[in-house]
This record gives sequence, structure tokens and C-alpha cells, in this order.
Amino acid sequence: MDAARTQFHEDLLGEARALVSALENGDGEAAEAALARIGALRESDLFQELGRMTRELHDALKEVELDDSVQGLAQVDIPDARARLNHVIEMTDEAANKTLSLIESAVPICEGLEDALRHIGDGWRRFRNREMSVEEFRELSREVESFIERGNEELARLKGHLNEILMAQGFQDLTGQIIRKVIGIVDDLEDNLVGLIRKIHGDRPVARREDDLAGPQIPGRESDTAVSGQDEVDELLSSLGF
Amino acid sequence: MKILIVDDFSTMRRIIKNLLRDLGYNNVQEADDGNTALPMLKSGKFDFLITDWNMPGMTGIELLKAVRADEQLAKLPVLMVTAEQKREQIIEAAQAGVNGYIVKPFTAATLKEKIEKIFERVKAEG
Repeated sequence: MDAARTQFHEDLLGEARALVSALENGDGEAAEAALARIGALRESDLFQELGRMTRELHDALKEVELDDSVQGLAQVDIPDARARLNHVIEMTDEAANKTLSLIESAVPICEGLEDALRHIGDGWRRFRNREMSVEEFRELSREVESFIERGNEELARLKGHLNEILMAQGFQDLTGQIIRKVIGIVDDLEDNLVGLIRKIHGDRPVARREDDLAGPQIPGRESDTAVSGQDEVDELLSSLGF
Repeated sequence: MKILIVDDFSTMRRIIKNLLRDLGYNNVQEADDGNTALPMLKSGKFDFLITDWNMPGMTGIELLKAVRADEQLAKLPVLMVTAEQKREQIIEAAQAGVNGYIVKPFTAATLKEKIEKIFERVKAEG
């Protein structure tokens, strides 16, 4: 018990004794006065107690009042992480669309080459089977010649597409670096949050929030109830009578 | 054969569209969630629906339930192509009346196999 409380109790005891003796002596006025002083003592004790609590609250708030690193995290790093992750979405979107466009425009080139080869192949077979007139053979020769020229051009275009598809994969390196940076921010945030939670709650185990939709499974963090691939999906569905 | 692909990521729609074209299905339209898909389905005379699960607005499972609850669409074959792979989700989709379920990432062969299986069954049921 601190000195102020001891003093308070002593004062209170003194006033109580004065009250008792005043009452025993039938001194109403002195008894009233003693009672009034007890009331005043009690009031000032309440104020002191309130003051002490306010101080404690203030200190506690100050302690919780997040150091600069937490403020920096909230005001700078988290918006920064958000911008970085949005950029990752943009980059992957761009790379995927670019690759898809190149593939989509490569398909007709392949189909054109396929058609030309089929046509020349048919002619060649007829020539080998001696089913072809000289005039037709001349026509076939011209077609072969033009195919050689065109085929080379088309193959060069295809190679160009493959090269561009190759280059479009560069996003993986850049997004990897960006995401690694965000992981660093998340690590800092975790450290700060864990510290904060310890200050407030002590080492209480934290319940994990379960999202409605799990989304893609992350290696090493798979849900207990997730299937591990299409085969297990098929098994599950067939067990349900599919 | 008119097909509607519903996915919030345009790249995934493009991938599926290209795979379908390889399989000989050229009449394909796209929607980016259930809310845009449902009116298209109601007015568009589609023969087949391929949908993702997790989309903003109306999700794939809600779309599936809405389709099964609609008198005109109730028999529409629905294939779900999704990254959701929890057992309870697959069971929920099955109970809601899905015709096939593919987990991402998937292969062209899987898509082909599931589509063919669905149409075989649809034909067998008349």
C-alpha cells in the first residue's frame, strides 16, 4: 500500500474517533463537523484515485501508441504494397494477353502452311502414281516454288512470334522481385502486430479467420479438406454417383 | 453449339475460348460474372455454360443455382472450371446440379474429356 493510502486511512481513523467521541459526549455540532470532514476526505480520495487511473491510462496509451515503424507501415508501406501488388496484376495480365494474342495470330499461319502442304502433297502423290499431265506438273512446280518462298516467310513470322512469346515471360522475374518486396512488408507488419497483441493481450492464441472461398491452394498450406488434383475431383464426383 | 464462358479474368476466358476453338466450337460468348451472364443465358439460347466459381458480383455457384431454378434454363449443361478445390465445395456444386467440375490449372485434354462426357450423357438422356 502506498504512503498516500496509509495517510488517508490514518486521517479517516482520526476523524472516525472524533465522530465516536463527539457522539458519546452528545456533542451534535462536533459530530456533524467530523462527518463533514470524513465526507471531504472521501471525496479527495476519489479524486486522487481518478487521477491515478487517468495517469495509468495515459501511460498505457502512450505505450500502445505505436512507435514510428508501425505508423510508417500503416501510412506508407501498406499503400505501397497495395500499389505493388496491383502492378503485379497489371504485368501478369499484360504478359498473358500478349502471349495469347501472339498464339492466336500464329494459329492461322500454321493452318495456311498445313493447307498448302496438303495441296502440294496431293499433287506429288498423283505425280508419283503417274496420274498427272505435263500441264498439271508445270502448275505443281510453280506451286512448289511459291510455297518454298512463302513457307520461308511464314516460318520467319512464326519464329518472330515465338521469340516475342519468349520475351513476354520476362514478367516472372519482375513480378517475383515485386512480390518478394511485399513479403518483406508483410513480415514487418507481422512482427509489429505480434508485438502489439502481446502488449495488449499477452500470449493468447489467436483464432484464424476462415474465408468463405479458399481459392487456389498454396503449396505447404493446403486446406485439410482440399482435393489435390483433377483425379481426386473425379473420384469424389463418381463416389457421388456422377 | 452455342457456348457461354463466365470468368472474371479475361485471360482465362481467352484460354478457354482458344481451347474450345481447337475442339471445333466456334460460337462462343463471354461474360465476366453471374450478373452479366444470367440475362445473356435467358435471352441467348445457349447450349452450354462454362463458369468460374469465385467472381465479384454473382458467383458461379449462385449462377448455377439460378440456372437450375429457372424453368427454361434448368436443363442447361453446366461445367464449372475453378480454383476452388475443397471437398465441401465440390459436393455443394454437385448437389446444386453441376454437370462437370474441373480444377485450375487444367489441361486441354481434361477440358475435352469433360465436355465430351457431358454431351454423351445429355444425348443419352435425350
